Amino acid sequence: MPENKEDYLVRFENVQKSYDGEILVVKDLNLNMAKGEFLTMLGPSGSGKTTCLMMLAGFEPATHGEIFLDNIPINRVPPHKRGIGMVFQSYALFPHMTIGENLAFPLEVRKMGKSEREEKVKNALDMVQLGSFADRRPAQLSGGQQQRVAVARSLVFDPDVVLMDEPLGALDKNLREQMQYEIKHIHERLGVTVLYVTHDQSEALTMSDRVAVFDAGVIQQLAPPNILYEEPENAFVADFIGDNNCLHGIVTSETENGCVVKTEDGSEIKANKINIAGVGKPSTLSIRPERVIVNPEPGQVPNVFEAKAAELIYLGDHIRTRMEVCGNDNFYVKIPNSSHHADLNKGDTVKIGWNEYDCRALDATNN
Amino acid sequence: MKTFIQCSLATAILAASVSTAQAETEMVVVSWGGAYTKSQTKAYHEPYMKMNPDVKIVNDDSAAEGASKLRAQAEAGKISWDLVDVVPDDAVALCDEGLAIEIDHDKLLAPAPDGTLPSVDFGDALVSPCFIPQIVYSTTIGFRTDKVGSTPPTSINDVFDTKKYPGKRALQKNPVGNLEWALMADGVAGKDVYEVLGTDEGVKRAFKKLDTIKKDVVWWTKGAQPGQLLADGEVVMASAYNGRLFSAIVENKQPVGMMWDAQLFELDGWIIPKGAPHLEEVYKYLKFATDTQRLADQAKYISYGPARKSSAALVGKHAELGIDMAPHMPTNPVNAKNTLFKDINFWADRKEELAEKFEAWLAKS
Amino acid sequence: MSQSDTSTLKTADGISLKLSLQRSLRRKKRNALLLVAPLFLFILITFIIPIAYMLVRSVDNQIFAEILPTTAPLLAKWDPLSGNTPDEEVFKAFITDGKVAAQAKTINRLGKRLNYEKSGISSLFRKTGRNLRKLEPEKLTTSYKEALIKIDKKWGQVDTWEILHRESGKYTKSYFLSAVDMKYDANGMQWKDDDSRIYLNLFKRTLWLSFLITFLTVLLGYPIAYLLATLKTSTSNLLIILVLLPFWTSLLVRTSSWIALLQKEGVINDFLFAIGLITDEGRLAMIHNQTGTVIAMTHILLPFMILPLFSVMKTINPSYVRAARSMGATSFTAFRRVYFPNTIAGIGAGGILVFILSIGYYITPALVGGTQGTLISNFIAYHISGSLNWGLAAALGTILLLLVVALYILYDKIVGIDNMKLG
Repeated sequence: MPENKEDYLVRFENVQKSYDGEILVVKDLNLNMAKGEFLTMLGPSGSGKTTCLMMLAGFEPATHGEIFLDNIPINRVPPHKRGIGMVFQSYALFPHMTIGENLAFPLEVRKMGKSEREEKVKNALDMVQLGSFADRRPAQLSGGQQQRVAVARSLVFDPDVVLMDEPLGALDKNLREQMQYEIKHIHERLGVTVLYVTHDQSEALTMSDRVAVFDAGVIQQLAPPNILYEEPENAFVADFIGDNNCLHGIVTSETENGCVVKTEDGSEIKANKINIAGVGKPSTLSIRPERVIVNPEPGQVPNVFEAKAAELIYLGDHIRTRMEVCGNDNFYVKIPNSSHHADLNKGDTVKIGWNEYDCRALDATNN
Repeated sequence: MKTFIQCSLATAILAASVSTAQAETEMVVVSWGGAYTKSQTKAYHEPYMKMNPDVKIVNDDSAAEGASKLRAQAEAGKISWDLVDVVPDDAVALCDEGLAIEIDHDKLLAPAPDGTLPSVDFGDALVSPCFIPQIVYSTTIGFRTDKVGSTPPTSINDVFDTKKYPGKRALQKNPVGNLEWALMADGVAGKDVYEVLGTDEGVKRAFKKLDTIKKDVVWWTKGAQPGQLLADGEVVMASAYNGRLFSAIVENKQPVGMMWDAQLFELDGWIIPKGAPHLEEVYKYLKFATDTQRLADQAKYISYGPARKSSAALVGKHAELGIDMAPHMPTNPVNAKNTLFKDINFWADRKEELAEKFEAWLAKS
Repeated sequence: MSQSDTSTLKTADGISLKLSLQRSLRRKKRNALLLVAPLFLFILITFIIPIAYMLVRSVDNQIFAEILPTTAPLLAKWDPLSGNTPDEEVFKAFITDGKVAAQAKTINRLGKRLNYEKSGISSLFRKTGRNLRKLEPEKLTTSYKEALIKIDKKWGQVDTWEILHRESGKYTKSYFLSAVDMKYDANGMQWKDDDSRIYLNLFKRTLWLSFLITFLTVLLGYPIAYLLATLKTSTSNLLIILVLLPFWTSLLVRTSSWIALLQKEGVINDFLFAIGLITDEGRLAMIHNQTGTVIAMTHILLPFMILPLFSVMKTINPSYVRAARSMGATSFTAFRRVYFPNTIAGIGAGGILVFILSIGYYITPALVGGTQGTLISNFIAYHISGSLNWGLAAALGTILLLLVVALYILYDKIVGIDNMKLG
């Protein structure tokens, strides 16, 4: 990541957005994107991520703050002068034009010569393996093909930045995964800067260099995928990214790196101190299901509790087990389906435990 | 239940016998409804029924579709009308088709008080052997008294004089009347109009005269329009039915005046359908209702002139407004100095052709 | 079909599979037919039969042979170019037929029919009919020809017989010729005199005004439809009610308000005069002329343009324009190249609706059109209810129908009917 902020390609500085003058959809957004970066905005619907995209594309004005593209403030630059490519969830291929004409459109409005135009269109179509489709109409293509055309069209005029607004949302699961890789590979090959919006966390984790998790108009955490999963900084991120178990309690003591949280049923849990308000204040503990050990060796982990298996769900490679522990009856544990796994039946009581480091003490949430 | 039926049956029979006892003959008379039927009821029906208690006259207001309904009745072989009020064109057509009875006017109708035969007394109004004239109305010229200065128009020439009377004129969108007026304004005497109009040169001459005011004309199609156009001040002069002008001037007190020169007489009268159910009674009624006094009486209720010359002297006062009606009669000798009778036969032959020419002329700008 | 080369598949109970399939399909078809039967009957009775009747009526001339049955075939043999009146046998047949018809009072109907061909025949027939009724052919002392000429000397003229000869067939083209301002005599077809031509100009005017009205409805309706399509649904529903308002006001109320607004002493002229834009003499003529027709019909027909446009625009994804803009198109280019082409289907549908409706409109032009703003339909109405020349009305209607069909085919060739979206 660059040292100076001037070296970033895209900068959001103190950007705010309100549609009705009463509610801020985007609250004081600061975000920098490096050249060539694949950055994803991830969040539930209504979290403000698409609004940010539209402000960058120029279809929504920022209510406050400034957006820079290559160090040029672009608040007053109309969309067609921003040189930003865009892919829509609905593909937005022009139905009255052939695929070739669709791709040629951005080149035509740039008054590019015919021969150059044709070559670029051909290259772009070859890039998405649709070289022979130039004369077809969008309606004659499958959803996946249309999406590839949309991607090709957003790239054909060599924009600095490409914005993708839930581009795979309309595809079925298999196709979606395949397209994720394709987009990822195109990005790697071309080195183009991509700002990607999705509400699908696995998509975000698969494709991105960095992910910005949005909630309520605020970036909750901005980090590479592995950090986001391993080291969530607050309860929202922990819960939103991946499977997660939550335990609620009050901080009873804290040390330099750790703390002890007492749950309602009196269990005292040693945890990794990440984001707590102090002793006597509530906190949410986050433990990934795969970090929970069933029947730990004595002394293997500091936190060991009695748990009752309430439900077992067979998932092939592992058994997802719902347990009642520390007053929480919604605590999931992944038991690997290895030959020597403990034979567990519904209603059995077992000991489970986890490391102090894997149990992150975060800010309090209501649930 | 049984007694109820018996009771109601008895009542019905009783009612039927009572009504037959009171009026043995129920005569159906078809007319135009509204003020016109009212004037006929007051002037003819009521006095006649008083004299003949066994006759009951029933009004049917479907004269507007009179000819077509009569054809339908004849087709079905069941005539239910005794007397139908029609315009002369329809009278001629129905007579030709054999749907109306031809009559001998001198035998059937009453002579004038001085003994003049009906055929002389009605004169030109007897356009068809089936037609029994009743009233004369006229299409004439009304003007805005406040827009013609101190010299109101007095002659049909003034309608065509846009220098003396600048402003728009409203005329009926129809060749009938306009072509005649154009010729009269061009110097043709009233009695020669149809003879001149019968030639191609005459038609050309009429259109040429109309050309001189074409751009100043607003064309009307419905009888109520000219009165409205005058009232709105959209036009200075307008051709209109004299009854409409009467109501604009006398009843609505608009600043409108009226000019009788070259008024175009049109008629309205009776025909007897062939197969009328009460023929004898109808003859009796007609003799009464078309005598000199009765025709004069009708003018008390509506400003249309009696079709008999002998009635003119007997016209009295308006029954409600109390004004003297004679000056408002198209047939009043003072008003009827220069008049023109619409020639039914001429128009029966030439209507299509001249209407076509008229439309073509209108379309040319 | 031979059994040997096709192995027949059978259903479980041994009936041929094909037969069984046919049976089940037949039942389906029969049910479908039963469902559409009432509507089909309704359309047949109220639409197809009247139109067929109209087509027949425009060429029908059975009346001649009905009223003069023995004259018609004899007259057909006569050559009008010979310069002589027909033979004695034609006169005899005419007197015989004519006496029967005069007694049955049908002869004047033929007179009225032939009067369309030449003015004056109506009265000639009426006069002849009156005389024939009294005439006793057995007691004639002269030839039939002289007897007829004695009734009216026109019977001695070749011209009179030429018209009878021409219109003695079962079918006539005279209505269609009249409808395109032509006439027909022994020398063939030719244009009518300049001072009798109406209909070609009227057809031209009707087409031109309909085009103009269609164009104006697009011009006025397009922005409104765009606004409606981009607003919130609740707001746009409210506005659509306003768009439909013209349908809810009665024709008379509407016409009176137009007159009040547009006439010389009307609101608009008064206003323009008051602000000094026009002088008292320069008041604009906006009603009882073509302007009146165009204003009133554009107003009435606007919803027929707005609604199809609206429903088409509603389906256009807003991201099309955004995509175009993001690719470097100015808002005008994005509109011209992307948005507008996608609304052509709506313009086509609305255009066809408005055009066809305006081509057949007659009440409004009659009320506000004056002499220059009336359309061909006004004349069809006039001939149906005024002059009672139904043959000519039918011929005019048929030509109008053919015009509409021709334009429809043209539209299909240029734009494509499949592209039309009514909603």
